[in-house]
Amino acid sequence: MTRVALRAVALTYLALLLVLPVGLIVWRTFGAGLGPFVDSLTTPSALHAFGVTVVVAFWAVLANTLFGVGVSLLLVRHSFPGKRLLGAFIDLPMAVSPVVVGLALVLVYGVGSPLGRGLASAGIQVIFSIPGMVLATVFVALPLVVRAVVPVLQELGEDQEQAAHTLGASRWQAFRRITLPGIRGALGYGVVLAIARSLGEYGAVAVVSGRLVDRTQTMTLFVEERFGNFDQQSAFSAATALALIAIVILLLTKVLRPKGAV
Amino acid sequence: MAIEVRGVNKSFGSTPVLSDVSVDVRSGALTALLGPSGGGKSTLLRVIAGLEQPDSGTVRISGVDATRLSPQRRNVGFVFQHYAAFKHLTVFRNVAFGLEIRKRPGAEIRRRVRELLELVHLEQFADRYPHQLSGGQRQRMALARALAVEPEVLLLDEPFGALDAQVRRELRTWLRRLHDEVHVTTVFVTHDQEEAIEVADDLVLLADGRVKQAGRPHVLYDDPADTFVMSFLGPVTRLDGQLVRPHDLELSVDPVPAGVPATVSRVVRLGFEVRVELVVDGQEAYAQVTRRTADRLGLDPGAPVYVRRSPEARGAAVAAG
Ligand SMILES: Nc1ncnc2c1ncn2[C@@H]1O[C@H](COP(=O)(O)OP(=O)(O)OP(=O)(O)O)[C@@H](O)[C@H]1O
Ligand SMILES: [Mg+2]
Repeated sequence: MTRVALRAVALTYLALLLVLPVGLIVWRTFGAGLGPFVDSLTTPSALHAFGVTVVVAFWAVLANTLFGVGVSLLLVRHSFPGKRLLGAFIDLPMAVSPVVVGLALVLVYGVGSPLGRGLASAGIQVIFSIPGMVLATVFVALPLVVRAVVPVLQELGEDQEQAAHTLGASRWQAFRRITLPGIRGALGYGVVLAIARSLGEYGAVAVVSGRLVDRTQTMTLFVEERFGNFDQQSAFSAATALALIAIVILLLTKVLRPKGAV
Repeated sequence: MAIEVRGVNKSFGSTPVLSDVSVDVRSGALTALLGPSGGGKSTLLRVIAGLEQPDSGTVRISGVDATRLSPQRRNVGFVFQHYAAFKHLTVFRNVAFGLEIRKRPGAEIRRRVRELLELVHLEQFADRYPHQLSGGQRQRMALARALAVEPEVLLLDEPFGALDAQVRRELRTWLRRLHDEVHVTTVFVTHDQEEAIEVADDLVLLADGRVKQAGRPHVLYDDPADTFVMSFLGPVTRLDGQLVRPHDLELSVDPVPAGVPATVSRVVRLGFEVRVELVVDGQEAYAQVTRRTADRLGLDPGAPVYVRRSPEARGAAVAAG
């Protein structure tokens, strides 16, 4: 009896929070058939926003993958002063609101700061352009790869790497042939999560990009801007596209996740 | 000498783990590094392999100063206590690893790996993954992997530590035979003195980070440097303020020269041997005699006897501390 009640509660909760809103978006999107959906997503602005999203996410995920593996190795395989601090710092983006991250980046790299002015005179514009958006996205997705890889690296232990060294492998060879295959699953999982986070990022990017239509507008910013301008078809179509991408990515994580995990 | 360790000191934090350790390992010999848990055996082995850096002292391998060489360049084979099998590679690829790193031609690698797998009796397991092997098979795979690169010296950290007694016994006889076939200078760590004496040509006894004594097994057994070495290598009992081996004690019913009067308190028959527990001067001691001797003397609890160290005993007696 209680189990039935519990299930009913869980299902109602899911229905109200997830199924109903997403269902409504999908219904609104395809209410007039597939035509308007395709049309509103193939306008130059929509295509541009999609391109910007992909470019920003690509660089951010690449940076976070390299950085994530490096920091994980540092945290697990080395000891140095300030290690615990670094470990705590990695989790900071989880605690800080993305808007705050965006504002902080504007303070550091905007034309109001010496660093920003220096970069600007060198011809590099960070704020209100792609580099700043990449930085913002890197920051908010920072812990995902690290937190996925660290436990697996710990579990893996150092023995296999040391065995490889005694067999003549250099550091790089031991990493390539032994460590990397050992953490491949976890790394894939972390990267997929980072991709999802990067594609969906809104707050930090909104502040840093300046929301310049057809220049620094990402998909999430496009959805918000279209909605604000009463172009509901475009807003819902783009939102549905984002949701579909997220679902595909979630399915990917199910495939990549270690067996047995929920 | 294949390995010369000179004056090595090593601390982890403020805890000294190796103190002024000097060890010589003869070329082609099978040397056991023996000692109680926490004595620094693994640490010394890892210093020789280059997996730990000594705080001071030197390590020479085949006459070359290797103290500052990375493990990659020392050409030592190392077998880890828990095998350190490459989990994502087949048995074949595990054994081939060192040869692949050295960029040997494929045909040579295949030939060599097949030879090694035959040597360790794993030829039919070439395509399995480590998790599909038993502990003993994994250990043999790790040995083949270390031998593949034709190391100058082979270092084994408690090679049979994680195996049950039966497999242990089989593998150590096998290791001895393998060594007689391959003749590579080998150092293996163990805390089992019986294993060390049975298998090794030389023993190094390490405790509290110091070398207590080194040499041929029978020399350490019969002529120990101190009471610690004596009690670590075999059974001991006390007689007249001295440590002696219980099998060096002689019992008689009638008084004998130098015989000390004692009372039998218990007689335990352990198959072929008989353990006679005694009270001498209010102190407990025991003697190990053959069944025939026990029957001849007709020993029973409460019987008075005379006990002395046998004049033919080869083992020394050491003043007890
Ligand atoms: N990486 C390390 N960091 C700190 N202390 C260590 C480290 N490795 C070993 N020790 C300490 O050094 C001492 C000797 O350790 P070692 O592993 O060499 O002993 P062992 O003789 O091999 O013992 P066992 O027979 O139990 O394997 C121990 O007290 C251990 O706690
Ligand atoms: Mg050890």
